[in-house]
Amino acid sequence: MIDKIIGFFTRHLDPFLMIVVAALLGIGMVVLYSASGGNFSRVGGQLLNMGVAVSVMWVAANIPPQHLARLALPVYALGLALLVGVALFGEISNGARRWLNIGVTRIQPSEIMKIGVPLMLAWYFDRYEAILKLKDFAIGAIVLAVPVGFIAKQPDLGTSLLVSSAGFYVLFLAGLSWKIIVGLGAVIAGCLPVLWGMMHDYQRQRVLTMLDPSQDPLGSGYHTIQSTIAMGSGGLFGKGWLNGTQARLDFLPERTTDFVFAVYSEEFGLFGNLVLLVLFVLLIGRGLYISANASVLFSRLLAGAVTLTFFTYAFVNMGMVSGILPVVGVPLPLISYGGTSLVTLLFGLGILMSIHTHKRLVKG
Amino acid sequence: MFFRLPFKWPFGRSRSGFRPPARGIEVSRGPSKFRMWLSRLPFKVPAGPPRSGFRPNARGVEMRDLSRELERFHWRLAVCAAGVVLLFFVLLLRFFYLQVIQHDYYMTLAEQNRISIVPVVPNRGLILDRNGVVLAHNYSAYTLEIAPKSAGPLDELLDQLSELVDIQPRDRKRFRKLLDERRELDSVPVRTRLTDEEVARFSVNRHRFPGVQINARLFRHYPNGEIASHVIGYIGRISEKEQTKLEERGVAANYRGADYIGKVGLEGRYEEDLHGVAGFEEVETDAGGRSVRTLRTTLPVSGNNLHLALDLRVQEIAERAFGKFRGALVAIEPSTGGVVAFVSRPGFDPNLFVEGIDSQNWDLLNNSPDKPLNNRSLQGVYPPGSTFKPFMALAGLELGKRTPDYTISDPGFFVLGGGGHVYRDWKKGGHGMVNLHRSLVISCDTYYYGLAQDLGIDNIHRFIGQFGLGRRTGIDIDGESTGLLPSQEWKMRRFKQKWFGGDTISVGIGQGYNLATPVQLAFATAILANRGIVYRPHLVRQIEDSQSGERRTIEAQPFNKFTISEENLQRVRNAMIDVNRPGGTASVAFSGAEYPVAGKTGTAQVVGMKAGEKYDEARTPERYRDHALYIAYAPAEAPKLALAILVENGGHGGSVAAPIARAVFDYVIMGKEPKPPKEAASPNEAAPAVHEDEHD
Repeated sequence: MIDKIIGFFTRHLDPFLMIVVAALLGIGMVVLYSASGGNFSRVGGQLLNMGVAVSVMWVAANIPPQHLARLALPVYALGLALLVGVALFGEISNGARRWLNIGVTRIQPSEIMKIGVPLMLAWYFDRYEAILKLKDFAIGAIVLAVPVGFIAKQPDLGTSLLVSSAGFYVLFLAGLSWKIIVGLGAVIAGCLPVLWGMMHDYQRQRVLTMLDPSQDPLGSGYHTIQSTIAMGSGGLFGKGWLNGTQARLDFLPERTTDFVFAVYSEEFGLFGNLVLLVLFVLLIGRGLYISANASVLFSRLLAGAVTLTFFTYAFVNMGMVSGILPVVGVPLPLISYGGTSLVTLLFGLGILMSIHTHKRLVKG
Repeated sequence: MFFRLPFKWPFGRSRSGFRPPARGIEVSRGPSKFRMWLSRLPFKVPAGPPRSGFRPNARGVEMRDLSRELERFHWRLAVCAAGVVLLFFVLLLRFFYLQVIQHDYYMTLAEQNRISIVPVVPNRGLILDRNGVVLAHNYSAYTLEIAPKSAGPLDELLDQLSELVDIQPRDRKRFRKLLDERRELDSVPVRTRLTDEEVARFSVNRHRFPGVQINARLFRHYPNGEIASHVIGYIGRISEKEQTKLEERGVAANYRGADYIGKVGLEGRYEEDLHGVAGFEEVETDAGGRSVRTLRTTLPVSGNNLHLALDLRVQEIAERAFGKFRGALVAIEPSTGGVVAFVSRPGFDPNLFVEGIDSQNWDLLNNSPDKPLNNRSLQGVYPPGSTFKPFMALAGLELGKRTPDYTISDPGFFVLGGGGHVYRDWKKGGHGMVNLHRSLVISCDTYYYGLAQDLGIDNIHRFIGQFGLGRRTGIDIDGESTGLLPSQEWKMRRFKQKWFGGDTISVGIGQGYNLATPVQLAFATAILANRGIVYRPHLVRQIEDSQSGERRTIEAQPFNKFTISEENLQRVRNAMIDVNRPGGTASVAFSGAEYPVAGKTGTAQVVGMKAGEKYDEARTPERYRDHALYIAYAPAEAPKLALAILVENGGHGGSVAAPIARAVFDYVIMGKEPKPPKEAASPNEAAPAVHEDEHD
């Protein structure tokens, strides 16, 4: 009986992924405790977020991929509708129109699109057996570009980057011709000056200070300067847990959220970073393995895109904290404080588990 | 299977679901020529991804090749995996660069972030009089300060603050001024010396005012107000110019965090001693600049205390004795050179300057016709008048130009050469038979006209120069005037003109080119009293080391010494004693004195008189009246004090200046307090009745 209950809860969970996720979340809690200055309510809040997110993951893991495929179009349509809603009635905070008040709570529809877009594209390429036709990629590009455009317009550079990369991964894995990729790359390079003209001031500033953070040490370069100081002063083994001066003395901004990696890096040093990278590589490797072994195109594409999006999160965040990428609002997956991204990420991992375990069941 | 992956696919091969043929049809092109060539190579070359997901089946029907499609997907995944590994490797390189190669650099930056050096301003040394009475000290008080960086719009802020704390328009003005000339200060004071009530009121509301804080700070205070203000001087906020000077001298670090610097007087001159050595606190601060804890403290070293030779009580008596007259008094202890009293009237309240003087008070002080900011003792130059005569007499005796018995018959004038210019004695009709003794007692001009001629200017210059006239005394306050003791060489240098015999004649009675400061006159008198042993006049007697408590004595040794025959000294002294006895020019002031005083009265003309014009005091506007002078030392045989007094537009040395000396001597020698001040004499009131004899 107990076996059955345990079986019910664990049947669709992937132990490998679960272990890695647990390790990452554990690290997240430890760092958060330090980053928040020993603030238990912050840690408690994150625990609650984790509870919700793990439940969502469990639910996602228990939805068979074919059901997910059926959800693709409605989810995408809903997400798009909400994005339109945001553009029309969204609430502005911090100079960006990102939130939609739906009475009970405020939601950020762009977050839905992080799953919605790869879901939709995977479904589309699977549904129409579309593989090499240029027309299909064109449609795919439109499916991708419309929500990305809305999100970029909010403006939300980080999310639009993540959504477009998620979509791009589907297109790429579906077999988008190298010629087009290279050609597109060239076109984008050519469009950069135009893009520059369209960018918001704060976005331009971010790009400028990325190129030279010392230009504006107290303004927009401050984040990068302080985070590189934190990392660099951490050294090989770090200053030790709770001993990061940059973090404890308030020099690091946003140190529980986007810049939590700097806190981790300051306190645990290069070896800590190595551990984190290994965990990420394990998680991503497992994701790619699941993708490679998925039974249908839809699952393959979705699993690959979800995994690679996870990688994008990690890379962009660590890149910006260590000062090689501009500061865009991308959290460090499973480590940064914040419920929304945690739910989205674990939902994605839940899909991975679902793909893996349901295939196995079919197989068995 | 035409193509194999170049490596064993690590994830195993999945079973692909079969699907009906797709719509799209594509004709296989077969292996390319390049591939054919590759296959002939002796080693295996990775084949690369399949180029197409389709190939013809056995029956020639175009259909989807699922395994090929899968391989292609796997290839793409492999590319992604490689990308993941590569990009993570880039991150790792970056981490390595930051955390290993640049570690020291960033460690330093982190420490600089974390630790700030907070200067601790040393306590300024005290200034005490010779009996230990405090002349300048520090007290702690609360100030309201604004850090303009973190505060909002300042005008609004000041409005809101003024509801809690009394902020006058002049406080605002000063705040603006300080804001403009702000050096490296983080916060600028708005109000100083808050009352306890104001502190309490603000503290309750402090959350409303970010960037505004109350700090306890040390303030300089001069408890005696105007008294001795010209001696003590004052401190004030460090100006930009002074900051530059500090930097040039390389002592700017010692002034970090300090707001004040000595400006004039002893505060200015002994700045180095008084300031002390700044301490430093290494404080761990957070990003907001709030200190979290102190890591290390280097205590400041308080400034050294100045113990003056000045006696505040004597100073007070002297100042009060001036009444409403303007003037100067310098009293020196001949045996040491210590300055016991140093008066310049009117004075000012040095406390006004400490926090930066407001324009209203500044205008009042600066534009007053009485010039209270001028240090008359130090900088005022006046013709010494008849106070020059004792030195002339001594010169005549010492250089053998006069014997004590040499007697002239004074007709009331002196004629230069054969029928040349006529020099008048102050007394019409002359004094009759005058020898050296009498010439001093009654202050005969004619005697000294002749003596001057006989001595010649260069002898006068050389001999009287020994008494310090015409040269800075070197007293320990800055800004001293040189005065003038003329010589041929000087006139040539100054006017490119030959010295005329006539120039010498008026020099003989302390007029002509002759100019001296009161401190010079007092110095000369002290040397005379001390029989040619010269101690440099100094206000500070000892500097007390704040750490060890050891006291270093200033000018302990004579600065110079020259010999004067005791006999001649005694002759001059006896005559100077008789000046203050019945029949002398200062007899009224010293009637009933219980000690012998050697003195000499003097009068210095403010405006030149035409020949033959009679000076009529009552008819002369106050500002053009003669200055009254008096020099003296007492007790005459064993002098405790030598002094010089100048009363501007006072009229006569005997009637106006000598009584001041009497009050001072009575206290110093007899310990007698002056009588309770009667209504102080005013120069505006009718001039005291003057006997002809008392004129000079």
